[in-house]
Amino acid sequence: MSDVNGNGKFLVGIYDDDDVVLKAVKDVKTAGVRIHEVYSPFPIHGLDVALGHPRTRLGIAAFLFGLSGTTTALLLTAYTESFDWPMIVGGKDSYSPIVYVPIIFELTVLFCALGMVGTFLVSNGLGPTVKPLMYDLRTTDNKFAMTIDLSKNTIGEGDIEQILRKSGAAEVNIKQF
Amino acid sequence: MSHVTSAVRTPLVTGGKTYADVTEDISRQVEGKPTRAWTIAFTISVIVLIYGAACVFWTWWEGLGVWGLNKTVGWAWDITNFVWWVGIGHAGTLISAILLLFRQKWRTAVNRAAEAMTIFAVICAASFILMHMGRPWLALWALPLPNTFGSLWVNFKSPLVWDVFAISTYFTVSLVFWYMGLLPDLATIRDRARSKVSRYIYGAFSLGWNGSAKTWARYEYMSLILAGLSTPLVLSVHTIVSFDFATSVIPGWHTTIFPPYFVAGAIFSGFAMVQNLMLIIRVVFKLEDYITLEHIESMNKVITLTGSIVGVAYLTEFFIAWYSGVEYESYAFINRATGPYWWAYWAMMTCNVISPQLFWSRTIRRSIVWTFTLSVVVNIGMWFERFVIIVTSLHRDYLPSSWAMFHPTLFDISDYIFSFGLFFTLFLLFSKFLPVVNMAEVKTVIKSSSEKLPASVSGVAKGERVANPAFNKSVE
Repeated sequence: MSDVNGNGKFLVGIYDDDDVVLKAVKDVKTAGVRIHEVYSPFPIHGLDVALGHPRTRLGIAAFLFGLSGTTTALLLTAYTESFDWPMIVGGKDSYSPIVYVPIIFELTVLFCALGMVGTFLVSNGLGPTVKPLMYDLRTTDNKFAMTIDLSKNTIGEGDIEQILRKSGAAEVNIKQF
Repeated sequence: MSHVTSAVRTPLVTGGKTYADVTEDISRQVEGKPTRAWTIAFTISVIVLIYGAACVFWTWWEGLGVWGLNKTVGWAWDITNFVWWVGIGHAGTLISAILLLFRQKWRTAVNRAAEAMTIFAVICAASFILMHMGRPWLALWALPLPNTFGSLWVNFKSPLVWDVFAISTYFTVSLVFWYMGLLPDLATIRDRARSKVSRYIYGAFSLGWNGSAKTWARYEYMSLILAGLSTPLVLSVHTIVSFDFATSVIPGWHTTIFPPYFVAGAIFSGFAMVQNLMLIIRVVFKLEDYITLEHIESMNKVITLTGSIVGVAYLTEFFIAWYSGVEYESYAFINRATGPYWWAYWAMMTCNVISPQLFWSRTIRRSIVWTFTLSVVVNIGMWFERFVIIVTSLHRDYLPSSWAMFHPTLFDISDYIFSFGLFFTLFLLFSKFLPVVNMAEVKTVIKSSSEKLPASVSGVAKGERVANPAFNKSVE
């Protein structure tokens, strides 16, 4: 929910091209401006690194959810087939883990996928009743927006606007939440 | 830099499309009124669905006796149709997951519709599971529920229970993968929406997506892991479906070659179905610049490869049946090819082994008429493959006094027709209300394709996009 903190004044630089905005991020940062976020209609590789966002830990969540699926499957098969109602089918022991590999695999995948997607939605603050914080409606179409939180910058508004324009912004708008 | 451009490779998107063009071209059919062609197709599908649903209802009301089953052939069209639909459902995940891992960028134009096809095909497959239970209200007995429903738990050693886990996991994960892929595009439509109702509905389904760099980074990471999970998952599903047969002791079923052979066959038939749907979509929605001959050719190559694997599997099976020295096994295969069901066997051989080999010719591979026809032929062949495996293996029992034939009744046929009504109704709803091409992903491949090519091919002069960033200005 990192970018849903809006109760300030933002400068929104609108760019026309993904390569331009990627280079602009570096230029604007070099000029000493703190960038709030960049919004784009599609993923731009290297943008999160350029912005200095920490690497996502979604992988750890996925692994732990997967592990919980494996454990669930092992416990479920062990409890039902060995304790609650032991059964010998096809001459196999009542608990024969090899036969449960499909169950274990499927539950691992299921838990991992659902858990990870859930974590993704929660960590980004996404949900059916969430009102999106759009700095410019065109960023889901063909424009790229770089937003600057003025309250977090010491450089003046006019100077930042100049820096944005120099970096290739086609327009610079003001957005107040 | 993020955009690697090949000077020799033909563009993925033709016509010199800009980002705004992509949004406009794809969103048009979602926002506009339904076309005449769509309305006619949808009406026919719904009529077929209603007729089929009535027949399915009667199947349940009267019992499975309305089918042509007998005590020797206890599985016939129901399981044939089930395996056929599940197989078709494999192409979507192959395109969206395996081709993502292999970084095949052409997948971007077809993955959305292929994944939708996967989901609807799995729904159709599941409907046959419910149908062949005869008493669908007891379907929950297949789930591992506490034994208040009876005295026992489900048998976790049974491939049929593995199937319950595999199919339901596959359906859930495919649905989630597909929906996550839809989020950015739903947000695009939300932000373009003029009416309050569509802004509200697309707004709710886009879950408040705003495309921040942080969200995109996590999104890409999540897609990669989902692809990594879906790849073994899709292979496991048809492997487990094949276990339904392979773990039994019926000659013709008890074969270790089944898992890879079923998976190859599944991808084979799935791609054929994707071809059929895509060839219609690209014309009806005027998407020839996005789904190009290159895409069709690439998919035909996959069809040739998997068709050849299937062909090798047929021959291997036959060879092993003789080489094993097991007389029941040898008999089962000789009976397939020369017995009372010889016509089904040779229909399968012709459609699946011979017809995809025609795609070695570049002219045929790039011909729309040939592709469409051969794709239909492949799916007929793949239906016969399952019919041959199931019915011809069963109709000759160990006891000759039990030998029987299977004759389909009106309800066998109508229940199959039901699944077509269901499939096309769902697919047409999807194609009207959701973007059929993944806009966000197609926008990422535009640059890698249109530059450095002669303007006659790409529609953009050499270096124009680099020299003039304003190229991406909105279209009027």
